[in-house]
Order: sequence, then C-alpha cells, then structure tokens
Amino acid sequence: DVICRQIGEKLLVPDGTRTIDAYGQLVLPGGIDVHTRLQTPTMGMAPADGFLQGTKAALAGGTTMIIDHVCPEPGTGLLVAYEQWRGSAESQACCDYSLHMDVPRWHESLKEEMEALVKDKGVNSFLVFMAYKDRLQCSDTQMYEIFCIIRELGAIAQVHAENGDIIEEEQKRLLELGITGPEGHVLSRPEEVEAEAVYRAITIARQANCPLYVTKVMSRGAADVLAQMKRKGAVVFGEPITASLGADGSHYWSKNWAKAAAFVTSPPISPDPSTSDHLSSLLSCGDLQVSGSAHCTFSTAQKAVGKDNFTLIPEGTNGVEERMAVVWEKCVVPGKMDENDFVAVTSTNAAKIFNCYPRKGRVAVGSDADLVLWNPKATKIISAKTHNLNVEYNIFEGTECHGVPSMVISQGRVVVEDGNLLVTPGSGRFIPRKTFPDFVYKRIKARNRLAEIHGVPRGLYDGPVQEVLASARAVAPTPASRMAPGAGKAQPPPIRNLHQSGFSLSGSQADDHIARRTAQKIMAPPGGRSNITSLS
Amino acid sequence: QSDRLLIKGGRIINDDHSFYADIYLEDGLIKQIGENLIVPGGVKTIEANGRMVIPGGIDVNTYLQKPYQGMTTVDDFYQGTKAALAGGTTMIIDHVLPEPGSSLLTSFEKWHEAADTKSCCDYSLHVDITSWYDGIREELEVLVQDKGVNSFQVYMAYKDLYQMSDSQLYEAFTFLKSLGAVILVHAENGDLIAQEQKRILEMGITGPEGHALSRPEELEAEAVFRAITIASRINCPVYITKVMSKSAADIIALARKKGPLVFGEPITASLGTDGTHYWSKNWAKAAAFVTSPPLSPDPTTPDHLNSLLACGDLQVTGSGHCPYSTAQKAIGKDNFTMIPEGVNGIEERMTVVWDKAVATGKMDESQFVAVTSTNAAKIFNLYPRKGRIAVGSDADVVIWDPDKVKTITAKSHKSAVEYNIFEGMECHGAPLVVISQGKIVYEDGNLHVNKGMGRFIPRKPFPEYLYQRIKIRNKVGGLQGVSRGMYDGPVYEVPATPKYATPAPSTKSSPAKNQPPPIRNLHQSNFSLSGAQIDDNNPRRTGHRIVAPPGGRSNITSLG
Repeated sequence: DVICRQIGEKLLVPDGTRTIDAYGQLVLPGGIDVHTRLQTPTMGMAPADGFLQGTKAALAGGTTMIIDHVCPEPGTGLLVAYEQWRGSAESQACCDYSLHMDVPRWHESLKEEMEALVKDKGVNSFLVFMAYKDRLQCSDTQMYEIFCIIRELGAIAQVHAENGDIIEEEQKRLLELGITGPEGHVLSRPEEVEAEAVYRAITIARQANCPLYVTKVMSRGAADVLAQMKRKGAVVFGEPITASLGADGSHYWSKNWAKAAAFVTSPPISPDPSTSDHLSSLLSCGDLQVSGSAHCTFSTAQKAVGKDNFTLIPEGTNGVEERMAVVWEKCVVPGKMDENDFVAVTSTNAAKIFNCYPRKGRVAVGSDADLVLWNPKATKIISAKTHNLNVEYNIFEGTECHGVPSMVISQGRVVVEDGNLLVTPGSGRFIPRKTFPDFVYKRIKARNRLAEIHGVPRGLYDGPVQEVLASARAVAPTPASRMAPGAGKAQPPPIRNLHQSGFSLSGSQADDHIARRTAQKIMAPPGGRSNITSLS
Repeated sequence: QSDRLLIKGGRIINDDHSFYADIYLEDGLIKQIGENLIVPGGVKTIEANGRMVIPGGIDVNTYLQKPYQGMTTVDDFYQGTKAALAGGTTMIIDHVLPEPGSSLLTSFEKWHEAADTKSCCDYSLHVDITSWYDGIREELEVLVQDKGVNSFQVYMAYKDLYQMSDSQLYEAFTFLKSLGAVILVHAENGDLIAQEQKRILEMGITGPEGHALSRPEELEAEAVFRAITIASRINCPVYITKVMSKSAADIIALARKKGPLVFGEPITASLGTDGTHYWSKNWAKAAAFVTSPPLSPDPTTPDHLNSLLACGDLQVTGSGHCPYSTAQKAIGKDNFTMIPEGVNGIEERMTVVWDKAVATGKMDESQFVAVTSTNAAKIFNLYPRKGRIAVGSDADVVIWDPDKVKTITAKSHKSAVEYNIFEGMECHGAPLVVISQGKIVYEDGNLHVNKGMGRFIPRKPFPEYLYQRIKIRNKVGGLQGVSRGMYDGPVYEVPATPKYATPAPSTKSSPAKNQPPPIRNLHQSNFSLSGAQIDDNNPRRTGHRIVAPPGGRSNITSLG
C-alpha cells in the first residue's frame, strides 16, 4: 500500500509477497531531486524533456521524487502557472513530485497569491532571481519585501544568485568584442558575480531574518561565501547541482559548437577544473547540504537559436538521471563521505528542508515506500547513447561511475529492474508540503524573539534647533539633468520632507540684513541653557 | 617670519627609512638635506634636539562645506584647516558635493573659490558624483584634464538621492578608468537601509540609536564586496572611503589577497572610538556621533582596524571631518534620519593614529608616515611633492613629539562644534612645530595663519601607484573567442509569441519604483510564413526532436 509496513529481521509477511533478495546491496531511501525544470519555457520553447521523459530518467537514476520549478511567464499570475504545471505533471509524471514557485517580479497582488499557494496549494518554497535584468530580476528592496512575506508565511526563500546588472554590461561588452560563441556565456558570468550575489542575498536574508536557500552553487567563490556566512550564524543552505559536481566548464571552449552549447546554464559551470573537487568536499563536510540537478534540457536545434549570439542560447543542462551516481562517484568513492552522508545529501536533507520528512528521505515504518537498491560494485559509463533523455548531448559523456541503482521502488512498485523501466505516466502523486519546517524555522523563531530592539528612553531634547531654510533637499531637479542614461528607469520623487512646512513666522526680522549662511553657535539660548546639551 | 628656515638636529622619518640630518627650507621648498649645510646668514633656526621630523599629514577625506538642507557645516575651510594644522596635517583633500541636479563643474568652482579665499593650508578637491546624467562625461573630462581633479566619489547609499544602481556604477567605473581617475566609493547598501529605517521608525525608535540600528555593519560589508566585484570586472582600482567596521575591513583585506586593486581608508572616528555612544542618554552627545557608515557598536573595532592599518591591509587614514553644531543636529531630534551626518576628526587624526597604533607597538614610525601621508600622496598622485621629506619636495614638515600627552576635549579644540567625539581621550604623541609652505604655522600651541594662504594643488590622472598594474593587466587580460566553424545544424523555429509580453499594468507596478519597459526583442518580427499549414491542428507545445532535418544531418552535431 505504498508505505513501508515493517522493518526488522525475520518479518511475518502475508503470502504472495514478492521477495527481493538484496544480497548485501545497500537499501537507500529514494533520491529527492530538489531542482528540476521540466516545463519552464524559454523563448516559447518547451524543454526537450517534459515531465514524462524527465521523471522516467529520474527513476532510472534512483531518484523517486522531484521538486520542479514553476516559472510563470511575465504577466501570468502565480496561481495560473501553478495550475498549468499541476495539469501537465498530473498526466505525465511517473514519480512523486512537488513544486517550487518562482517569483518573477514584484507586483501588488503577490502577497495574496503567495498566501493562497502556501495555505491551499501545498507550496512552501519561492525562488527570486537576482539575474536576468528587466525580465526576472528583483531589486534589493523587492527582495527584502518578498523575504519578509516569506518569513511570515513560514516558507523557504530560494534565490538564483548572480548580479544581473554586471552580467548585462559584460554581455554587451563581449558582443561588441565580437565574441558570440558559448564561451561568451561563461566570460560574461564570471564566478565573482555569483559570489557577490550570494553575499548580498545572505545579507538581505539576515536583515529580514528569513531562511535562505541558494540554488545552483556553481563556483568555489560562491560556495566559500556561503560556508563563511554559515559560520557567522546565517540560516542558509546551498545546493550544488550534478553539473557543478561532475562536469567540466572548459568545454565552453570546445571547437564543436553544439557540444559547447550543451553546457550553457546559469550560473555557468566553472572553467576552474578544481571546482568539482572543492564543492564535493564542502558537500561532504556539511557546508553545502543538498544536491539538485537543475535538469532543464534543450535539444541542439533549440540551443542553436543562439548560434550567432550566446545570450540567446536557452540555458540548462541535464543531470536528473546522473545525480545520484555522480555524487556517489565524486564523494563516496574517494572516501569524502560515508553512505549515510550520501543518503543525507541526496535525500534526507532535502526532505527536512522542504518539510516532507519523515514521509520521504528515510527508510522507516510509516514512510513512503520509495526505495533504491544501490549496487556499489557495478560500473556504468554515462553516455548519450544509453541515457533516458531526449537530448543529443550528455554533459557527463564518458564519466565512469562506480555505483549504480540496481532496482528502484516507487510507491511500493518496482519501477526499475535490470535496467528496464516499468513506469506508468501519471502515476506520480503531488506531494503537498506544509509551512514552518522545524529543521529551518526553529532557529528563525528563536531569533525573532531575540531580535526585538528597543530605543533609548531619554528626556526630550530641548536645546536650540537650527532653522531649516525652506529650499532644502526635496527640491525637484530639472528633469533634463537628472536622467540617468544607463539606468533607463525613472527615479521616483525624493521622500517627502515631513518636517518642511508652509508655515513661517511672517514679517521682517531684526536680523534680516545679516546673512544666514554660516553656522551659528548659540551660546546662551533664550530661556537659559538646558543641561541636556552640556557635557555630563 | 622669514621664508628661510633651518631645522637642526632632527631625525627625519620617511615611509621607507629614517636618518639624522638638518633640513634647509627656502621659498616653500626643501632645498637641502644633510649635515653641516651651508646656508645664508640670518636664517631662523629651529633646534629639533633629536626629535622626529616627519612629512606633514595629508587628510584625504574632509567635508568643510557640505550642504545639508540649506545650511553648511560649522567648520568652514578657515576653521577646518586651522584645526588641521594644529593637529599636524598640512594638506587636505576636500569633497565637492554637488546637489543632485546641479553640474559638477559649477559646484567645483564654488568649492574652489570658497577654499581659495579661506583655506590656511594646501588643499585639493575630490568631486562626488551625485547623479549620472547626460553630459556628465564631458564635465568629468574637463575636470580631469583642465581642473586638476583626479578622484571622484560615487555613492551606493542614500536611496533616491545620491545612490547609483549597479549598472550605473559599472558605467561610471568604466568611464572613470578611461580617464585614469581614482574611484572612491561610499559603500553601504542604500536599498536595505531605506527599508530598515522605515521599520525602525515604525517601531517608534526615533533617537540616534536608530541610526546605528538601521545601518548594521553587514550592509557596509555587502556594499564593499559588491563594489570590489564590479571594479574587478572592469579591472579598475577602487578606493573605499570611511571603513567603519570589522567586517568591511575584512572584506577589503580578503579581496586584496585575491588580486583586485582595493584601498581602504579608516577614519579618525573608526580608529579612535566606537558606536556605543549612540545609546547615550544625552541626546546631543549621541547625535554628535551620527555619521555614515555609522561607528560600529562593537568596542573591539578600533583595535582591529588599527591592526589592519599597521599590516598594510588598509592604507590611508582620513577624518571624514564634517561637524554640525548641536542645534543643527537637532533638526533630527524627532527622527534620526534627519540628523545631519558627520563627525569631527581633522585635528585629532595624527595623534589618534599615533596613540592607538604606534604607542601600542602595532606600527613603527615609518609606517605611521606612510598611513598618515605618503600612501595618500601616492594614490592621489601628489608624490613626491607631498608625502616625503626630500630635496625638491614642498616644505610641509612637522616636528613630532612622541612623549607629549594631551587630553582631547571640546574646550580646547580648534573646531567650532560643542562636542568632540573623542572627549576625554588621553593621547600620546602630538605635533610640536608645524611648517606649511616653509612657514611656521603652529608652535607652542599657537597658530600663526592667514586666511586664504592655502594653495590649490592640482593632481594629474593615471597615478603610477595604481595604474601601472592596471595597464599591464589590461594587456594580459584580453578576451578572445573560439574560432570554430559555423554551426550548420538544424535550428529550432522560435514561435512568434514574445517572451517580453508586457503584462497588464496593474500587476506590474512595483511599490518602490516604476519598472522600465522591457528590452525590445530584436529577433521578434512581424514577418511570418503566411497561409495555413498542414500541422496547424497539432499543438506546438512540447519540444521537437529533429532527427532527420531536411538537407541531411550535419556531422557537426554528432559527438566528436
């Protein structure tokens, strides 16, 4: 009945139960891929792997649950997009799934929509973008406001961290230099730009006292910033993806355009070859917690939309199928982590953060019957010829993995056995997720209580006050001189000076002839000097 | 006073070494250095008696004419430079702060004129870029080429007033680099500050402690990080003014180890005192400490900053001197965001650095000269005219007494403000004699100055200390694309539905600012293959895998 009923030795089971002999292989909770984009359109193109193909590949790789990102097109409401995603996943998904919501930009009804999603629709995580200027990018102010809403709702704030302003300038510069190939993608998005945004996102989240989850940690710089801020007490989680753990960013310089384009994703895969080693070390020691895949594939023909301009190449790489095997190969095989840590980073931590623990992420009585039989002795070479995807290229082509799932059980049914997939489209269920996950919010709640600040009770200042000339800083400058060419946005009028008043003491004064420019040191104010201004 | 001076028996300290020698000054220049100098008769002689003779201090950050709501600081160029000289500083670099909307050139001329008539010591001017408007490039070019300005400050704080977006910073940095200028940054995240100010005022906190609470040091560190990131993309030097907190200083130190050209300037206030006074029960005292970024409430900050200054991670000391009287500060008595910002420090700078860093053994005398004078002269291209005791340099010389103990107090300071934020601090080390332009201006506690005797010191662009490395990095850092054959495989046909559809205005207006119209998609076209197609009845939603494109499959798409 899709639930684990008993665990132990010499169990009493009804007759007719199918027995699987594990022969000392490992039995793991099924993997949870926290980051897929199986339906996010780019320039009107749907990804090559939809929910059907994507979840099939997930199951083949030992992942029994995915959390997909809902990305509303500009102008569509969050709820409408959510229903679209639910609709297509309902009929196609072969494994359990849940949904993250992307918040493309601030609008007025955002708060109500987010509330509805959290309360009625089982969504507890929202992603904001710091990149994709003029399309998805949020300003710092908007992020702060969204984070405050998220904290009140008890959801998880996710962030795509890259500085969109700098990227846009760099893209312009590179195109002017005549660099149009995929190498321009990585040159225009250097890792400092990612690290900077991670730093800023964490700063904003700390100000808002909101838990933060950084999706797609792709570079050393970003991972180090994250680890450092964790050390200073920030509640922050980092998600390296299959590509950053297992692929090599030097392929952007490949002579084969199609191959180079297959690696295009944002933030890009770092060209520094030591990156994957560094990230797997941080994943092993707990500085990074979760592994995703950010699976979002486009066929070569789709990628070729950007053949003359790297900024038009649709972004995304494969990884949903390879994730478990790559993490095993990079972390467990070299002895960086043990098998329990492997379960934590591929499944348990994700379940805890996104509040589906212990239903998912654990082999226990009462948990869902999502299990993987892992064979650490088998070997597999990743190749586009054998993968379960629609794309022509696999960015991990040729990687040898020591450790493969020999059998996958989803919802109590065997779905992968001896390399054969036995799936039913639409068998995947939507897993609603509740708010305020303990793993994240216990600390936040405690900090909220502590963070109350108080003013200093002090007597009213009753000393002299300089009279402000009515001209002042609220003066509206002439529009011509003020227009910022680069920003392209109209500046709002300056904050109204509430202290400015139309009231004035009328009539000419005795000292009108004295210029009032320089400061006056008032030695003996009328009414006598008050002791509040003198030095104690 | 004569124009000729002989300083006998002093120990000359430069940033690289020290030695005993006599110095002969004439016509405002150092003419001879050595022993047994041959000098004309009748020259006034000062016996240094083995005391230290150091180059006069350079204060790189002052605001002696900063306007706020129609009033200006209580210390103008006259009052301020008098205080500077009394503290051993013989040159200041003041900030020109144009009101947003007024032109840089006009403001520069205004400051130039005021300083020319009032300043008692040599001065130079930074120009602050308070908005990035059309025609600013031409003005910047004029300032650099004809007016002797080589440094410009941009703001990441003061939302809707001075603040620039990241795109504008990128543009400004790129342009300033092409002029060979020094880029100064006021680093604080203005967006978040505005949010915090709102929140704190709503909570009913209106006193000066709200100033510190709304500008936590994380926001300073974040902005420093961002400024350095942008600068390192452009490969230009960046100079962070007013380093006030440990985390901001640490970011600078960390970044320097990775290669970017970053310079940091702690100020007298951050080196000498801390932000606990914002919680003082005395409003006027608390308000006297209001400056941005604020003094850190962490009392270990001054010690940390002094250590970084000693080891070279921070390079220059300024004062950020911009005092307002208590009556002026009281404009913000009911709202901390209205309190005019600025603290004193021009007079105390040298003595505070000596007391906190040299007297404690963190740095030696040569390093003291470097951080109070020489490094500033190098960065702002005044070296070796200023910042060094050498034949041919300006005769700006200080005889320093390391044993003199002085208690800083508002009763005896030269500034016009009622409060001194260093009140009661006992400092070791003070100037004995200050010589500016070859004249004794300060001796035995008495000032001998004339209003307007200070000269404007023009500064040339492309200071070698910064730009030599930049030029080489420019050469080696060139970007190159990959030369590869044209991609001739199939290309997916993008449906004409625009990704940049304009959403309904009601859903789109953000509370804070109006969003600009989305970028025009140049690939979008009205052209379409007309007529009904055979596959019109099939929905076009999911991806097409083109297995056998017309014209045959090209080998460029197969794996190599």
